[in-house]
This record gives sequence, structure tokens and C-alpha cells, in this order.
Amino acid sequence: MMLDSKVPSGPIADKWTKHKNTINVVGPANKRNIDIIVVGTGLAGGSASASLAEMGYNVKAFCYQDSPRRAHSIAAQGGINAAKNYQNDGDSIYRLFYDTVKGGDYRAREANVYRLAEVSVNIIDQCVAQGVPFARDYGGLLDNRSFGGVLVSRTFYARGQTGQQLLLGAYSAMNRQIAKGKIKMYNRHEMVELVKVDGKARGIISRNLVTGEIERHSAHAVVIASGGYGNVFFLSTNAMGSNVTASWKIHKNGAFFANPCYTQIHPTCVPRSGEHQSKLTLMSESLRNDGRIWVPKNQEDAELVRQKKLKPTDISEEDRDYYLERRYPAFGNLVPRDVASRAAKERCDAGFGVNSTGEAVYLDFSSAIERYGKEKALILGISNPSSQKIIELGEAVVSQKYGNLFQMYEQIVAENPYQTPMMIYPAVHYTMGGVWVDYNLMTTIPGCYCIGEANFSDHGANRLGASALMQGLADGYFVLPYTIGDYLSHDIRTGPISTDSKEFSKAEERVKETLDKMLNIKGEKTVDYFHKKLGKIMWEYAGMARNKEGLDYAIQEIKNIRKEFWTNVKIPGSQNEMNKELEKAGRVADFLELGELFAKDALERTESAGGHFREESQTPEGEALRNDTDFAFTSAWEYIGEPSDAILHKEHLEFNDIELKQRSYK
Amino acid sequence: MDLILKVWRQKDSKAKGKIETYQISGISEHSSFLEMMDVLNDKLIEDGKEPVAFDHDCREGICGMCSMYINGQAHGPSRGTTTCQLHMRSFDDGDTIYIEPWRSKSLPVIKDLVVDRSAFDRIQQAGGFISVNTSGNTQDANAIPIPKDDADKAFDAAACIGCAACVATCKNSSAMLFVAAKVSQYSYLPQGEVEAKDRVVNMVEQMDKEGFGNCTNTGACEVECPKGISLEYIARMNREYVKATLVKEK
Repeated sequence: MMLDSKVPSGPIADKWTKHKNTINVVGPANKRNIDIIVVGTGLAGGSASASLAEMGYNVKAFCYQDSPRRAHSIAAQGGINAAKNYQNDGDSIYRLFYDTVKGGDYRAREANVYRLAEVSVNIIDQCVAQGVPFARDYGGLLDNRSFGGVLVSRTFYARGQTGQQLLLGAYSAMNRQIAKGKIKMYNRHEMVELVKVDGKARGIISRNLVTGEIERHSAHAVVIASGGYGNVFFLSTNAMGSNVTASWKIHKNGAFFANPCYTQIHPTCVPRSGEHQSKLTLMSESLRNDGRIWVPKNQEDAELVRQKKLKPTDISEEDRDYYLERRYPAFGNLVPRDVASRAAKERCDAGFGVNSTGEAVYLDFSSAIERYGKEKALILGISNPSSQKIIELGEAVVSQKYGNLFQMYEQIVAENPYQTPMMIYPAVHYTMGGVWVDYNLMTTIPGCYCIGEANFSDHGANRLGASALMQGLADGYFVLPYTIGDYLSHDIRTGPISTDSKEFSKAEERVKETLDKMLNIKGEKTVDYFHKKLGKIMWEYAGMARNKEGLDYAIQEIKNIRKEFWTNVKIPGSQNEMNKELEKAGRVADFLELGELFAKDALERTESAGGHFREESQTPEGEALRNDTDFAFTSAWEYIGEPSDAILHKEHLEFNDIELKQRSYK
Repeated sequence: MDLILKVWRQKDSKAKGKIETYQISGISEHSSFLEMMDVLNDKLIEDGKEPVAFDHDCREGICGMCSMYINGQAHGPSRGTTTCQLHMRSFDDGDTIYIEPWRSKSLPVIKDLVVDRSAFDRIQQAGGFISVNTSGNTQDANAIPIPKDDADKAFDAAACIGCAACVATCKNSSAMLFVAAKVSQYSYLPQGEVEAKDRVVNMVEQMDKEGFGNCTNTGACEVECPKGISLEYIARMNREYVKATLVKEK
């Protein structure tokens, strides 16, 4: 099978408009007779469900949580990008496009990224109209801040809870349609299989997580919006329930899986505290606007800090190494996430880490507090303010900007970050890889679409901050609702899809067999035991730095863990009830397959690109070294059995509007 | 830390529940309350018993899914904290801890500590939205300036995570803090004004239909709310309600 990205012809700035003008549309009277299933209710799934329902389609939406409002988009903190140029700092659609392609280390599809930048401006208009309370300045206009990897301020935000506010906006739009009966909402339901009829996606099998009932749901098209697979590492900033199951099921039914090894390790997370840890907590990257990252310059100081014999505040300015400012003077603390994460790892590996595990660096707000305090004193007309007054005023400003983040940090670590620098360390946060889709966001299965983090499309090998929310809402509000019409225009005479067909029966049987098999193993070890074991292998050998030897080992080891899982897992309870262990087991079983493909993908890509760092491919200064001659392509994997036997298909990436060059933030 | 846990166990919505006692040891004070529950469940599974079912997801205090009544307090002893962000350092070695589900007729127990909060969704569906289509062809986001104070107050109200601690802690099982948060958010914004009257009337009507009680200004909800939603918003909702119902324009 040949991959066809279906990118429209013509100049990049005209592609999307031209495409919208020329694709087929479904008339209002026919939309009423067409059903669409949407799996997931985060920013992508929620916004898609609402938009499709508004257009007149009948939507069935599914989420595993007890309400669509709980999807993990809600945890996004920092902000959402849009090329509004409200700050008059030279921003434009082209610049956002350029920054995103460069930030992604030239491994994204140009046309998709341009479209993303183009529709970004509509998102802000839309959300304000929906009542999203973005931050404003004293003139009543919208405020912006800056994020990593860019030199303009284009990020809109709602304190440190931007994801929450945007998701509640999408949720409110959904509620309006649920009330009208245009969306049928299935809470506490998990998709466990895709159903194909005549090669087309025509429905899903779901499990009711309250009763355990296996249900059949049909539709004319299926949209997967189930988020990323960061939990393959066990410890990540994802929600506990975040999983790859929906994506993996469609992969096994013929959807190619693209760039699984592109993972984002986020630089500013609360460090691990011990073995009991169940998840990691992110501190928004927006903190890097005002926080300065450092470690002690002398190893002896670092050692004393680790033993709690020396306080960071007692280390003098000249004995601190602000290593990002030192290495990257142009971008400083605002280098992209992959660069910041690797730099932190480099310092900690070299023995400069600052908490008891040796895996943490400081994020210090003292100079920001002083700067803001002086500024505020000037505004208030206080002449010769005392240093205490400056700190007091400065802390108030910092609290306005990041209050909830500081509070969260204090709850977890039990230290006051106004008084002593925060400790941070990189953690798995986002997956740029995902299900391969064409320009229309359709997978390689006709009628099966994939949007948001679940697809691979816009971020290349590294995502810039505040771009995930942008992509989720762009896909759901402004792209998929149009492109899906082109496909569905051929379905206006199809009529309702029956769930009595042999395809549905067989899919249901497969699901029941797998569940029975799992429950009947009655082994010795809990599901978490296997998940943690997998996570350790992934972090160790497929985490921030990867090499051939480690990846070969990881593939073998993951096979072993999978084998052990299927012979020795212990799942209490039965199928026909609320059974949280059974839910987890299904998800971990899929992670145990995905992990292997992930390592395989990382092994095959012998270049470094963005979040994928191959130790064999680096510049003399230790920066990621791309190989554009051999690897300027997207890897799209076709499932044929064992995950690592998957067949590689290449989508070659052409860069006509941006010059391919070595990424530099110096 | 060594602890004695008294946990509410209930097989399903129809079964009769009861408190079971478990002993647990070796808990780190740095672990979160839910991580302590993970350890308990691991132990129960190893002993061939049913693990305790509880709701949780983001474990960073924002999704609103976790919901435990701990020693008679919604989300436990710490202020401004969800159960998932409660840490074991808030307890002492040797403590006995009671863990129960939210209790309200309108939030029925599904299993153990898991309750059904779909009533909250239905209240939102009755009017918790602004009727604007997601066409993207709305006016420019900066076309209507909004005073910073109003925007900030709208945000404070919008910070509600819908966890239902307010209902659980209220002696009347009132959901007014939850409803008031949404009504107030939109009432501070010009975009919300257009449908303000219908919104407050419909949401309150649905709230009553779901069987939630009325507010008697005790203020327990404000104290237990993990996001610090202010009681003042209930006053604001009452004002909005009076405005909407005193004069019939139609």
C-alpha cells in the first residue's frame, strides 16, 4: 500500500482554503441520517463532537471517565498559541508555522502545520465567544506570554489552568448538543475494538465500565480522539487512565502507526520522591518565563545540597551554573523542551543534581521576584523601597501569574517555592507520534479518523509549548468537521448501519475471548507489577537518550514481560461488574505491544531528531544531529503480528517553504 | 507509617454496604493518599481479596474525579486540596483513618467509594453554556474589552472542578455552590449576558429536580471546596435568579 498524504496542490498559504472550497459537502437534510462515533472527550474529541453535532450529524461520544469534563486536557496548564500578533511583536501565521516546523526539528508535514497556524486565530475568537475567561490586562484586552522555542509572545492563558478552561468551553458546547439530543453521551464506557464492514470503519465494541456489559455501536465513521500513550512509561504526567487502547485497536485493524518513538520528555516536572510514586506532576513551562534554571557550579556544593547540609539560598551567585543561559544565550531558559530536558540530564549525570536522588535541578524565582517588586514599587510611587517591601510586592506579582502552580508544588514537596528554589526534573509528558493520518485526518482505514494527540500530524519530533491545546481544538473545531464531509458525502444513501452483521458478532467474540483469557490466567502478579516493569525498561533504554544496544535489549525484554503477563497476571473479580483491575489489565496489555514497536522505531531511526536522541548521532557539543539525507521521512508502521515485525512505510517529507537546517537556539 | 483503615465496602448500587477494617504498614509520608490506597489494593489482591474501587484520574488536583470522605471531611483534613493531592504527612503513625464515599441521595454509590455524579452533567446541560456555534466566524477576541477584575472573578468561579465535595459536606446536600460557580462565571462576562435569565432559571430548576437540597448559608461548602470557590457566588446566583424571575418579560 502506498501512503498518500492527500496534500492539496498550490501555494502553501492557499491550500486549506482551496481544499475547503473543492471537497464534497453533505447537505443539511442528509446530515441528519448520518451517525459518527467519537472516542474521547478531551479538547480534540470534545470540540469535534460539539461541532459535528452543531452541523447536524448524530454523534455518539465515549469516555472512560464519569464525565466528559474529566479528560486529561483539563490538566494542561500553560496556554494556547495563536498568531494574533496582539503584542505587535512581529508575529504572523508564517512565523508560527516556521517556529512549529523548526521546533519539531523538521519532521512534520509542512501543509498540516501551516493549516494549524492559519486556524489558530479562530480558536481564540471562538473560545472568548464561549465564555472562556482568558487572562486580560488592565485595559480589558487579552494578555499574552511567551513559551519555549519562540521569540514572540503569542500564548493566551487562563492563569495556570488554561487546559481546564478550554476543556470546560468544549464541554459546555457539548452539553448544549447533548441537551438537544444531537450528542448521545456514553460516560464510563471504553472502546475495546473497532468494527470494519467491507473494509470501512463502521462501529466499535465498547465495555460499559459500570456493568461490564459488552456493547455494539455502529456509525458511518469513527473518530479516535483518545490522547497520547505516554503511560507506556508507567510514570508520566498523563492521567492514570490515559491509554493507547483505542489507537492500538485501530492499528491492529489496519491503521498505520507513525513515529512511535517521538516522545516529549518535559523539563519542568516535580522530581520523583520514591518507589511508591504512581505518577509525575508537571509544572507549567510558563514558569521558565520568570524562573532561572541552575545547578551548583562545584560538585562539592552539589554533594552537600544532596545531603541537606547546604541550602540553595546559601550558594552565592558566582557559584551557580545557569547552564541554559550559558549554553544558549539567545533563548536562555526558554529553549525548546527537548533541549532543556537533555541539558538537565547532562548536568545531573555529571554529578550536579540537587535532591537526594541526584535527579533534580533548581528553578529559581528570586530574580523575578526582585524585578517585579521594583517595577511595582515604581508604579505605586514608593521611593526607596526596602528589600523586604520589594520582595513582598514581587511575590504578589508572581503569585498572580503562577499562584496555583506554586501552591501545587508546595502541596507535593512541602517546601515554599517563594522562599527556596523549586526542584524540577524531566518527565514523560506528551507523545508526538501516533496514528498516521492524511491531510484530511483520515487514517489508513477508510472512514476511521484520528485527531488531537492520538494522531502524529503536526509536531514532528518535538512539540513546542502551548501547541497541544492549539492542535486539539484546531482538529476538532475547524479541520475534521469539514474534511469528514468529503468522505461522508458518499454515504448519504447508505442508511443506518446494522449491528447484527457477522462483523459485529466476530468483533464482540474477539473481545469476550480476550477478557476471559485474561481473567482465567489467575497468576501471581498484579497488573501494576507488569506496568512498572515495562515503564522501567522504557525509561532506561528508550527515554531521554537511546542507543542501539539498549534498544535491542529493550525489544527482547518487553517480549519477555509480555509473555510473563499473559501467563502470570492476577486479576481479581469478574467481567460483569465494575472491575478497575480488569480495565487496567486491558490497557497494559496494549502498552506491552506498543512498547515493542516504540523501541523498534527508535532503533531504526539512527539519527537524532527533537525528542528522539540517539547517542550515536550528536554534534561535538552534544546537540542532536539530524540526518536529512536518510531520514527526512515519517515512519508509518503496518501491523502484521508481532509488534517488532511491523512493516515500515515511509512518507517522505518535502520542505518547500522552509529551509532545512540544523536547529540552533544559541 | 503504620495505619488502620476503616473503608466503606459496597458491592454495587443495590447491595448493602459496611465498613471493613484493614491494617497497613510501611507507608511513606511522602506518598499521596491515593498511593497509599494503591498499596492497600496491591495487598488485597495478593491476599486474594477484592481491591477497593475508587475514582481517580489526573492525580494532580484538576480533573475532579477523586472523591473520598476521609475522617468525616470531604477530601480529608487539608484545605484547598483534593484527595489525590493530600499527602500522608498530614497523618500520624498509628492513626485510624475512616474512608467513605460522598453521601447524598443525588449521588448514589456505584461501588465501594465510587459514586454517580451524572446529576452534575445534567445540570450543566440545562444551561451551563453560551449558545454560540463553533464556526470560528465569531467577532475578534479583542472586540469586547472586559475589565480585568470581571475577567478575574469569572475565572475564580470557573475554577470549579465539579468534584461534588460541596454536596458531600453540606448538611442539606445542596449543590448550590457548584451551580452558582457556573452561573456566576457567565454573569461576569458580556458574552454570557444574552442568555443569563434562562440560564439561571433552567439550571436551578434542574438542580431541584435532581433532589439536591437548598442552601442555608452554613458555608461548609466554601471551606471544603478544593478550589476555594467563594460563598459569595451563591449570593450572586440568588441575585441573578431574582432578576430573572421577578419581572416576567415574555
